[in-house]
Amino acid sequence: MSHAEATAAPDAAEAPTSRTTAAGPEVREASEASEAPTRRRGAFGRLLRSELGLVLGRRRNQLLLALLASVPILLGIVLAIVSDSAYAGQGPGFIDRIGGNGLFLVVTSLFLCTPFLLPLVTSIAAGDAIAGEAGGGTLRYLLTVPVRRGTLLVAKALAAMTFMLVAVALVTAAALLAGGLLFGFDDLTLLSGQTIPLTDGVLRMLGVAGYVAMSLTGLVAVGLFFSTLAEVPVGVMAATVVVAIVSTVLDSLPQLSAIHPFLLTHHWFDFAEFLRFEVSWSLLGQGLALQAAWVAIFGSLAWARFTTADITS
Amino acid sequence: MSSTLTERDHDGVPTTGGDAVVRTRGLTKKFRSGQVAVDGIDLEVPRGAVYGFLGPNGSGKTTTIRMLLGLVQPTSGEALVLGGAMPRSAVAVLPRVGALVEGPAFQPYLTGRRNLDRLDAVDMTADPRTSKARIGAALERVGLSAAAAKPYRNYSLGMKQRLGLAAALLRPRDLLILDEPTNGLDPQGTREVRHLIRELAEDGASVLVSSHLLAEIDQVCTHVGVMSRGKLLVQGERDVVTSGGRQSGERVVITTLRDHVDGARRVLARLAGVDPSSASEAASVEDADHLGDGAVTVTATLGGASLSDVAPALVAADVLVLGIGTDRPSLEDVFVELTGEGFDVAR
Repeated sequence: MSHAEATAAPDAAEAPTSRTTAAGPEVREASEASEAPTRRRGAFGRLLRSELGLVLGRRRNQLLLALLASVPILLGIVLAIVSDSAYAGQGPGFIDRIGGNGLFLVVTSLFLCTPFLLPLVTSIAAGDAIAGEAGGGTLRYLLTVPVRRGTLLVAKALAAMTFMLVAVALVTAAALLAGGLLFGFDDLTLLSGQTIPLTDGVLRMLGVAGYVAMSLTGLVAVGLFFSTLAEVPVGVMAATVVVAIVSTVLDSLPQLSAIHPFLLTHHWFDFAEFLRFEVSWSLLGQGLALQAAWVAIFGSLAWARFTTADITS
Repeated sequence: MSSTLTERDHDGVPTTGGDAVVRTRGLTKKFRSGQVAVDGIDLEVPRGAVYGFLGPNGSGKTTTIRMLLGLVQPTSGEALVLGGAMPRSAVAVLPRVGALVEGPAFQPYLTGRRNLDRLDAVDMTADPRTSKARIGAALERVGLSAAAAKPYRNYSLGMKQRLGLAAALLRPRDLLILDEPTNGLDPQGTREVRHLIRELAEDGASVLVSSHLLAEIDQVCTHVGVMSRGKLLVQGERDVVTSGGRQSGERVVITTLRDHVDGARRVLARLAGVDPSSASEAASVEDADHLGDGAVTVTATLGGASLSDVAPALVAADVLVLGIGTDRPSLEDVFVELTGEGFDVAR
């Protein structure tokens, strides 16, 4: 979202339509008020950098990222150790292929992190966005600085998105590193049997990571909306994770197949498409469109709530 | 946005004149619970005033302040701050308003300086090039320079309060809205805050300062407004409010011996032009044994008489005078008079 888009809309959202104002001496003052310092070029960038510094500089968040990055490394080490034992090749999808090609550590790690760890980290960042400030009492000071509520919400959303992206990127990078060091890379043999060159294979892995990250954007929006409703960040984080888990449960019940296409998590594992010779772009497109819809709906709800809420924290 | 505001102002209902930095009309906030926190108040803070906004905890001061700052949407009525209607004009007006609301709040794991840096980064109109200098000056002004590099969570309550004040002073302000600025400060800190408020007022800023501690505010404010149970009971210039109802606010206090009380009463009644037969009602007598054996104080309003006439008149009437002074009714007296209850009674 561009700078201009991010900040032009709050005017419309925050301007009440049916208010009258007293005249008199205030008329002059009101025009004085309109001459208040204008917003500066690059101001939104400064705000965003500040928010990112806050999210990424926080010890708790750094620990979470370190924990996530350790998943592929631990997985790689375990697999390297048991490679000659009876356990070799047992476990969740693609795990049997890692020994032959380190690239598969990327897919396997993301496969393991997608159901819970990545949603958890995403929920923490998104849930903390507004509720954390409200709970700490800092929200009232941010808003009286002043900053438009819409501008702050967009900055918070972008910071949470960035944190999620960093999390996915770290898992991917750690998996590439560990996979390369422990098992070496090779041309990639796809699920459909064809083999593609190593460079294409790496691109496919980046595709997987990119799709996983895009799949989490809807959850960011859900967490952001919940975050505008409450002042207890831990509760908001938990509620957001629960949404992802409930969605997974519902998605596993065949009786509910009618609603499956609309579930937040329904297309989460479609990243496996990148391992087919003929990638079904339409299926991936459906997954992205679904996330876009969740972002649009919950982003709008968050906007509507936050730009009108009474701040009593 | 601003142009429509001005147009609307022209079409709006004219108000009585006066140069006010804060003006509300029938400002009301009813929370969803049904509680009416603020009940149709008409607040008026003249330009250049130090306005003491008083009331017990729970009387609606903070909700009013939140509406003035655009944090809470009024249920009805309107609030003009520096001429802009809140909350609509918040972004245009608030850069000229420094605020401290219900105690300081900062990110606990950031240092004092980093916290101020963050608030400055949020300000779309702040100049990043002067940020460092402005932050340094604000910290210096509240005496926090030495602790600027310490994390906020290690601050004492007084230091936290000072950092809140520093945030309010990050840029030049026309209006400061300070909610309980002396909370948590020791007597020395309280004095410093009072001094700071005087300084800011001398620099031309208007100040709206709320407190539930009357004595703290009594010493700095030029105007007062008293809230209780959501209503604004009284407001105006401090001296007018404290003399409210009486002919003259100033009272004379004579210290004498018990035997001379009747003589003192007669003299004071004559000076004040009160019928001598009701002299005993015009003056109140209290034992003051701590001032000497058998000492009493006689307090009476002066009426039209001059204070300089009192001592000669007493001496001429052979009344022994151990001491003579004046007494200004305190805000607390006024409050008790208005509400018929102690100041610390909350809802």
